[in-house]
Amino acid sequence: MNQIKTLRDIPTREQLAPGHRLCAGCGIPQIVRFVLKAVPDPKVVVNATGCLEVATTIFPYTSWKVPWIHNAFENVAATASGIEAAFKIMEKKRGRRKPRIIAFGGDGGTFDIGLQALSGALERGHDLLYICYDNEAYMNTGIQRSGATPKGASTTTSPAGRVIPGKLERKKDLISIAIAHGVKYAATLNPAYPVDMYNKIVKAASTSGPTVLHYFTPCPTGWYFDPSRSIEVARLAVQTRIWPLYEYDNGVYRITVMVKKPRPIEDYFKLQGRFRHLLKPENKWLLDEIKKEVEENWNRLLKLSGAST
Amino acid sequence: MSTIVKGRRIGLNGDRAVAYAVKQADVDVISAYPITPQTIIVEALAEYVNNGELNAAFIPVESEHTALSAAVGASLAGARVFTATASQGLALMYEILWIAAGLRTTIVMALGNRAFSPNINIHCSHDDAYAARDTGWIQFFAENVQEAYDLTLQAFRISEDKRVLFPSIVNLDGFILTHSLEGLYVLDDKDVKDFLPPKDPVNPIDPESPKTYGPLDLYDWYIEHKRQQAEHFNNTLPIIEEVFNEYYELAGRKYTPVKTYGMEDAEVAIVVLGSSAGSVRYVAKRLRRRGRKVGVVSLTLFRPLPVEEIIEVLSSVKVVAVMDRSYSFGSPGAPLFLDINAALSNAKERPLLFNVIYGLGGRDLTPDHILAIYDRAEDIARSGEVKERQIWVGVRG
Amino acid sequence: MSIRWKSWKELPLGMVIPEPATSLEFKTGSWRALKPVLDENKCIRCLLCWVHCPEPAIERLEGDRVRIDYNYCKGCGICANVCPVHAIEMVMEGGEE
Repeated sequence: MNQIKTLRDIPTREQLAPGHRLCAGCGIPQIVRFVLKAVPDPKVVVNATGCLEVATTIFPYTSWKVPWIHNAFENVAATASGIEAAFKIMEKKRGRRKPRIIAFGGDGGTFDIGLQALSGALERGHDLLYICYDNEAYMNTGIQRSGATPKGASTTTSPAGRVIPGKLERKKDLISIAIAHGVKYAATLNPAYPVDMYNKIVKAASTSGPTVLHYFTPCPTGWYFDPSRSIEVARLAVQTRIWPLYEYDNGVYRITVMVKKPRPIEDYFKLQGRFRHLLKPENKWLLDEIKKEVEENWNRLLKLSGAST
Repeated sequence: MSTIVKGRRIGLNGDRAVAYAVKQADVDVISAYPITPQTIIVEALAEYVNNGELNAAFIPVESEHTALSAAVGASLAGARVFTATASQGLALMYEILWIAAGLRTTIVMALGNRAFSPNINIHCSHDDAYAARDTGWIQFFAENVQEAYDLTLQAFRISEDKRVLFPSIVNLDGFILTHSLEGLYVLDDKDVKDFLPPKDPVNPIDPESPKTYGPLDLYDWYIEHKRQQAEHFNNTLPIIEEVFNEYYELAGRKYTPVKTYGMEDAEVAIVVLGSSAGSVRYVAKRLRRRGRKVGVVSLTLFRPLPVEEIIEVLSSVKVVAVMDRSYSFGSPGAPLFLDINAALSNAKERPLLFNVIYGLGGRDLTPDHILAIYDRAEDIARSGEVKERQIWVGVRG
Repeated sequence: MSIRWKSWKELPLGMVIPEPATSLEFKTGSWRALKPVLDENKCIRCLLCWVHCPEPAIERLEGDRVRIDYNYCKGCGICANVCPVHAIEMVMEGGEE
């Protein structure tokens, strides 16, 4: 496993086949393709119920070229734990080679219903790479609010109404949750920064024990933007400091994409139907609150990483 | 019991007997969460592992849901896997029970039968076993500690048989068996090894041959998958009997799906599961000494239900009392009663039946209760009329 | 892929899909309303379209040239959007190229 410098260094071989039914413009496949490229064989993928699972494995059509296991919604980390423990002991007892174990969960399967199983797996220290593809709501069931939905977003269960303008609660901080369990490596990823993303996958997969990657997943269907603009939206999330790209590597925080002069948050919001109501004058209070929190979070990361603006 | 008995006699409670069998089975993965009255099993297994007596991965999971989820992953990976639970733990696993069976894992689970809440109670009911009845797990009921040990060993062999490939539950009544110290014969490790060679997995997770396990399955193929699973599950009965016979040759203890006492001439019979069978047999023995034609039918195998055997032993009886250690709200009968009724529904002759609810939450079943059930059965036989389809025994009036 | 089973009796055990990449038989190209058309003369071989294609329906060829596989391209337009030299144009499906 090697770090890369340019896109040319990314291996050509694909282990995710086309013919899957993810929406046009979906941000999920990029992380899957990259993980399958960056993590060497032999490997096994475990997948929580969600968009990725349903769209890539409609019987008898599978897009996977590696062993792939889906058990249920809330238990991807648990299932991966069992596979990891089994291969480890079978290697010891019978010499069967242990593959690398990769778990994919959406934000619902990670932040909410699967959080306990993830916590258990991290605490027990299984050797696995956990990836949360976060499209910031329950997209598979039709855009319901999750613990990963950002403040202000309109979803079908936190609609921007006349009295309550969308979700009023903050997004959970997954990386801090992972770090609190003592993981050695955790990082945020964004598809608009493919080299950064690839290299973080390599680092995570080279670290023994559990590692957690948190992937920004643009969702044209649930965020209401034109599918062609997925990468543009993703890039704006970084440039506005809404989605800081950073890593935690053996106790050291590092911002991997420094954003010296952030773009206005409005630029990100106005591209997406889920945020457009925040630009109305009556919701200015909420927009201001969000801006303040984005700034606080950026400053917190600056402090943790020992960097300055 | 046969006269040729192999192995040595030791004293263990039901939980420790199960753990001892699991150790002898040389399992690869144990994935379990503590819950009374099963906890001793996982404690004993953790001890074996940490003392180097068992070369296995012990996954100290954070819930029963994860216990079974991890067990599914481990079994698909090709490992021999054991878990144990009871009551609320089984309820928390419920979703995954179906998945474990449908994906054809070979997990063996010990279920220390315990009542469901509310109110919270740690003692025996069969609520948990019944909750699992439709999920596609093979289910055995142990009557005593010896059976808990024997059935655990046989369960591994049966589940992993390539003609079976379904997970198994070994039921042992909470506290009555889990915590009772009894003498039992245990096999030598070598004999167990011969009976139970290392698991030779079918279609395990293998990067050399990538398969997709647990895909989305809509109206195109879902029903065909269920149809296949149903057929394969129903076909396991002769294989279970084959393994029972092999075990008999090895251990000298003969298991049959249906165990009978006095049924050669019985006019009334009690059908019962688990440890209560011993109590019922004790009373029946006394009554038969006085010339009363009473019999006992207990099921060692609850799933798949041995329908033909049930028809054979019960169809010519006049009255059958089916005892359920559980209750099914709003149903005309508790689960075993419904099963026995359905099994007999197309028999040429069929007895009159009534349902007895007993022992919930660990309430004792006394010889007097059993006597009263036989009395009632004989009354019905005389009158030809069932006045109450369901009665409760051992309840304050 | 022998996915034309006639009966439940023939289905693979355990509900698995026994072979990899069978979704290749499902041509998502029929979803497309807009079609990306690549002008090879403009292409600078930066690979951005290949990197970001969600299917993936853009093949990376010798010398980092790329080719669009219309069997699977859903017409999302990400490739045209990320192309720094506008070498990919989205045109109406069925219209003139």
